[in-house]
Amino acid sequence: MEHYSMNLTLKVWRQKNKDSKGDFETYKVENISSEMSFLEMMDVLNDRLIREGKEPIAFDHDCREGICGTCSMYINGRPHGPWHANTTCQLHMRAYKDGDTIVVEPWRAKAFPVVKDLIVDRSAFDRIIQAGGYISVNTGNAVDANSLPIEKEKADESFAAAACIGCGACVAACKNSSAMLFVSAKVSHLALLPQGAPERKTRVLNMIAQMDKEGFGACTNTQACESVCPKEISMTNIAKLNSEYIISGLTSR
Amino acid sequence: MIKSGIPSGPLEQKWNDYKGHVKLVNPANKRKLEIIIVGTGLAGASAAASLAELGYQVKAFCFQDSPRRAHSIAAQGGINAAKNYQNDGDSVFRLFYDTIKGGDYRAREANVHRLAEVSASIIDQCVAQGVPFAREYGGLLSNRSFGGTQVQRTFYAAGQTGQQLLIGAYQALERQVALGNVKMYARHEMLEVVLIDGKARGIIVRNLITGALERHFGHAVLLCTGGYGNVFYLSTNAMGCNVTAAWKAHKKGAYFGNPCFTQIHPTCIPVSGDYQSKLTLMSESLRNDGRIWVPKEKNDSRKATDIPEEERDYYLERRYPAFGNLVPRDVASRAAKERCDAGYGVGTSKQAVYLDYADAINRYGKIECGKHGNENPSKEEVIRLGKEVVKEKYGNLFDMYEKITGENPYEVPMRIYPAVHYTMGGLWVDYELMTSIKGLYCLGEANFSDHGANRLGASALMQGLADGYFVIPYTIGNYLADEIRTKEIPTDHPAFVEAEKNVSDRILQLKNINGKQTVESFHKRLGKIMWDKCGMARNAQGLGEAITEIQQLKKEFWSDVKIPGEINEMNPELDKANRVADFIELGELMCIDALNRNESCGGHFREEMQTEDGEAKRDDANYSFVAAWEYKGDHNWELHKEDLIFEVAKPTQRSYK
Repeated sequence: MEHYSMNLTLKVWRQKNKDSKGDFETYKVENISSEMSFLEMMDVLNDRLIREGKEPIAFDHDCREGICGTCSMYINGRPHGPWHANTTCQLHMRAYKDGDTIVVEPWRAKAFPVVKDLIVDRSAFDRIIQAGGYISVNTGNAVDANSLPIEKEKADESFAAAACIGCGACVAACKNSSAMLFVSAKVSHLALLPQGAPERKTRVLNMIAQMDKEGFGACTNTQACESVCPKEISMTNIAKLNSEYIISGLTSR
Repeated sequence: MIKSGIPSGPLEQKWNDYKGHVKLVNPANKRKLEIIIVGTGLAGASAAASLAELGYQVKAFCFQDSPRRAHSIAAQGGINAAKNYQNDGDSVFRLFYDTIKGGDYRAREANVHRLAEVSASIIDQCVAQGVPFAREYGGLLSNRSFGGTQVQRTFYAAGQTGQQLLIGAYQALERQVALGNVKMYARHEMLEVVLIDGKARGIIVRNLITGALERHFGHAVLLCTGGYGNVFYLSTNAMGCNVTAAWKAHKKGAYFGNPCFTQIHPTCIPVSGDYQSKLTLMSESLRNDGRIWVPKEKNDSRKATDIPEEERDYYLERRYPAFGNLVPRDVASRAAKERCDAGYGVGTSKQAVYLDYADAINRYGKIECGKHGNENPSKEEVIRLGKEVVKEKYGNLFDMYEKITGENPYEVPMRIYPAVHYTMGGLWVDYELMTSIKGLYCLGEANFSDHGANRLGASALMQGLADGYFVIPYTIGNYLADEIRTKEIPTDHPAFVEAEKNVSDRILQLKNINGKQTVESFHKRLGKIMWDKCGMARNAQGLGEAITEIQQLKKEFWSDVKIPGEINEMNPELDKANRVADFIELGELMCIDALNRNESCGGHFREEMQTEDGEAKRDDANYSFVAAWEYKGDHNWELHKEDLIFEVAKPTQRSYK
């Protein structure tokens, strides 16, 4: 693969803290290698800002290999940037060419308030899990792992849903700021397994109630969430969530 | 003399006997006891959930925005357990023995045996929580092989095993948060441990959003804060991984065990430029099916696919026919370095070797054709079906490689090179996982205990969860049983006031330096010293130089570091400065430890000490001990030795030939 270097214009959202008003600032970056990751390009810019005595741009990041779900940039109108099934930290600069302008914003959703610059508060997701995203089994209660055979297809389907990294791109992409893809991934993961059966009804009802309480919007099937999900969590999980919800609603006391 | 508190009796009965006689705390008293847990990876989250289920009041802290993001999540390949589901001769003893041997006889027998004993329960617990492990068509769990073993005992969930296990522990933790048994503090970083009458009684943390310092009381404190691989700057660790919590405890009296024992993982994506911020691991599971080679010709600049079979050197298969590509990590890493240093490396940097899937694709393709009754398949058909099998097994890893390098590993071999991955060293703990400070425990990668001088693949997840789910719930009772009369100590106690003042003074001092050099530039320089002189190969001269250079770097850091922003706000540069300051001090201790250990063992390779064919040469007569270092002030440590006694696994020259 041919490597090249480029000069770019960045328009980045700057906001001091949750209470202050934010705005875009424009930066020029030069000699960016096509081999760099997007976040390494941000590192280069931040290094320069620090040397110039300015405040670096705050952004969330940690594993830098696409699995922890921490990074969260809205790049040119798309969560995690232009690549399919990708996180911001996995995006590399070969996606851009010399002279490009790149606009970088935080996730925008009422339930994800901005903390600083590009960092948002996603603790609402933790509270949704607290509402029922688990199987109630204390340590030491388990039977032998192979005493419960599970169809491979079901196990694989459950795993595909469990691959969600909780980054919130689905919410950021949705015009309603709906968290349905996130919630449905967890509901599917557990509902597909026999271990999840005892709490199946209360789980879905409680998680949906918490989702509404946090201020996430409703799902109108635009499928924006699926198209930006770095782990390709499928919309079929939302269909599953809806049926779980209806059945549970009808049969609960 | 250090007391490791290993119970008496035969090795295989120690843990059962211990559990049968350990002190208990009754449920009514558990409700009155508070436990602080720092870090929410596999060890921390599993401990927090399990202790809260028992009825203790738990406060859990992590620097990330959610406990689910701890770096355990990035573990790819799998978790070992002595289930013997494959009927291939596995047993608790085998897992114990492989781990002791893999660690090059520098781990404590009793701890490792306990680890092997509880391993099977971990799998049971995780399945009960809904962890979607890989399964066979019959519905039962699937296994694969990992390095340093000849059985298939590794359980996995594609290449995302760590993620699935952590989500399991995280969900158990969040359930306890909902029940009110755990109070969770995300985006909080521990900056000091508070001692009262010689016992750990609390911590000082910085709220990373507001910058405010907070005091928290606990009857006991658990550090589950992971490894310190980022002392090398470039490693496979997450950007936030740091030694700060453990280092603060060390400076308050907790011994640091075997700090120089570092794992360099053989299969990582090579460095591509100066701007590089971290390295990415390609799972060891890839060595199940991939073959590692370099050209037989020096400085061969042909494309990999143009080099014919007979001109390739499959050097691991050549040197180690019994284990082949599945030798332990330290052996595989050194072999790669040896070939590259000798001029056989590949890629633009020549600091890489090939990991090739062509054979595996062909082999799997033929099997698939056979399954479909296709006896004369075309070459294209074989390759197409073979790629499908490889995609099913390793697809996410291949995707990850392609995203970073822009090359398609289904078509051309991957380029790999060793990188810092794990630290076997850590805070010294006794059999109960208590550090040399009373009431201060250390779990998971952060402690030194189970992996000796080299960790086997798929054993880190096992140890983290063993410590959290099945060890600490028993051992902590032995301490807390005597604390039931200790009332909650108010945080205006002078010890809390003083600890907080020390933290705020240090932050103020850092901020006021107002120098010219960035935190990152210091970190890079430290990393370079460590990698060049305390990395895959070490020698006395280099280590001596490194110590001087690090001392100089420390002076420079404390007189010329530049930290933007304010103290009383979110300030990631300030957080990083705190961490790098501690890494610099740790780096010095690592070099001192490496210099002191005049032998080669596991990942610690002293060039002066090798066999004729370049393998690590141990010196059991003089170095069969754990080096536990006590902090005595600036640049000053005292060595305590814990002798390692091997009653069952008699040390031999480790051979994988």
